[in-house]
Amino acid sequence: MTETVVEAQGLTKRYGDTTVVRGIDLSVPQGQCFGLLGPNGAGKTTTLRMILGVTPRDGGALQIFGVDDPKQAHRIRARIGVVPQLDNLDPDFSVIENLSVYASFFGLHGTKIKKRIQQLLEFTELSDRAHTKIDDLSGGLKRRLTIARALINDPELIILDEPTTGLDPQARHMIWARLRQIRQSGKTLLLTTHYMEEAERLCDDIVIMDNGHIIAQGSPAVLVQQHIETQVIEVRGMTESITINLDTFPPCRRQQVGDTLYCYVDDVRPLLAHLESLDNITTLQRPANLEDVFLKLTGHELRD
Amino acid sequence: MDWQLPHTNLRALSVWRRNILVWRKLMGPSLLINFGEPLLYLLGLGYGLGLFIGEMSDMPYLTFLASGILASSAMNTASFEGMFSVYTRMVPQRTYEAMLATPLSVDDIIAGEMLWCATKCLISGTAILAVAAALGAVHGSQALFVLPILFLVGLCFAGPAIIMSAFSRGYEFFNYYLTLFITPMFILSGVFYPISALPAGVQAVVQLLPLTHAVQLVRPLVSGQALTDVGLHVAVIVGYALVAYYFAVVLVRKRLVV
Repeated sequence: MTETVVEAQGLTKRYGDTTVVRGIDLSVPQGQCFGLLGPNGAGKTTTLRMILGVTPRDGGALQIFGVDDPKQAHRIRARIGVVPQLDNLDPDFSVIENLSVYASFFGLHGTKIKKRIQQLLEFTELSDRAHTKIDDLSGGLKRRLTIARALINDPELIILDEPTTGLDPQARHMIWARLRQIRQSGKTLLLTTHYMEEAERLCDDIVIMDNGHIIAQGSPAVLVQQHIETQVIEVRGMTESITINLDTFPPCRRQQVGDTLYCYVDDVRPLLAHLESLDNITTLQRPANLEDVFLKLTGHELRD
Repeated sequence: MDWQLPHTNLRALSVWRRNILVWRKLMGPSLLINFGEPLLYLLGLGYGLGLFIGEMSDMPYLTFLASGILASSAMNTASFEGMFSVYTRMVPQRTYEAMLATPLSVDDIIAGEMLWCATKCLISGTAILAVAAALGAVHGSQALFVLPILFLVGLCFAGPAIIMSAFSRGYEFFNYYLTLFITPMFILSGVFYPISALPAGVQAVVQLLPLTHAVQLVRPLVSGQALTDVGLHVAVIVGYALVAYYFAVVLVRKRLVV
């Protein structure tokens, strides 16, 4: 039987007159990697903070491990690991000390935890950096240490807020591999990300949030299937002198962003044939992906 | 705002322990300052001024000053730790954010921080007492009771300092508190001269200040004179500590648990 790790109904958070989370429903089954996507300000981090019990909610029900009681927040947190958006490693300590001191906050001491720390250092490939100071670590190494730290209490649920933001591809792939391993070991992952590729690779289920609402939910494949045409043709090279007569354009859903016209179609042939007749225009054909769904649902306007 | 009474337990000690571990790394320079500063005060002011003053309140001026410095340096130690260090951990370093992702609560963190501030006062107080004893300013082994008193004084001043941290938007902000509260207390609470020298109106106000009561506990213990009103002095210091702990917790909750 699959248990539900996080179950939210009508979860609401207000800051003064602004409602940042507007009555969302969430259900995260055990053993899944669950993705929370949305533009900046969508309410993702606030939702994670409410789940963690460090942001009091203003309405709705929220069961974590079947418990809905803010007074039990510390017991719930003992079963959760957190990778925050911004690194908050302790700069006063080395890599290994960060892990042992953090373990002590969970009341974990002694030889058992020493062994666990060694395992976690190996898991995140930090064993040879055990005595390095935090300030001397690169961004990727810090993230790996933060992940090791999030696993120190052998959590059932791991919350990751933009785990790979700002990392190079090597570091990102390494972290993806580790996150998949963690998920395979039966733990539940709940993550936010701005990288659709990350969500597509890691997540079993996704919700897309915007303005505090959930606007879509499903597996990455289902979301692409349900919300968007199968193919995208990007048309580039338009300037003031080079324009496309859209009246003669074959019918398709279009979106112009800067100098690029995005055309979403299921049958690409009429469009490609038409584009061939145009000069000075470059075209790129590709299958539609989650990013197209995301931009369709949340719009192209900048959020910050 | 969450006005609930704080609720903490042994978990708070893990915060205290974290700070001990950091302190241990920088123990050398830290102890050097702990010994060096009182030595400077006691040699410079105690001997220098003492030469002109001779006795004050029926004790050598060096003893008078040493007991005042013991109390006031506990105030300073706890205040600086509760402002600059706590603020650093709360805001730029986001150590509390990391702690709040564990079973620790704000109530535990503040309790641990206050215990640590008090412990730091105990350490620096021990150094000052040793220096004062070496200079012959300490009269009798009852002076060792000063140490638990300094621990309480540390608790008492840690709370208001953490309250300042909870309001602060930057390190400059602490100058207001230092200039408006800490420095006047340092000058008026009987560290350098007996408060009986002050005008009656000022004396009445000074009696409300925690440092005054700290000095009145420490001085007889160092000089070997009779202790008076112990219950009152301890009650004032502990009272300040408890009330400040409550407001520190409420205000840090307001800042971090939102």
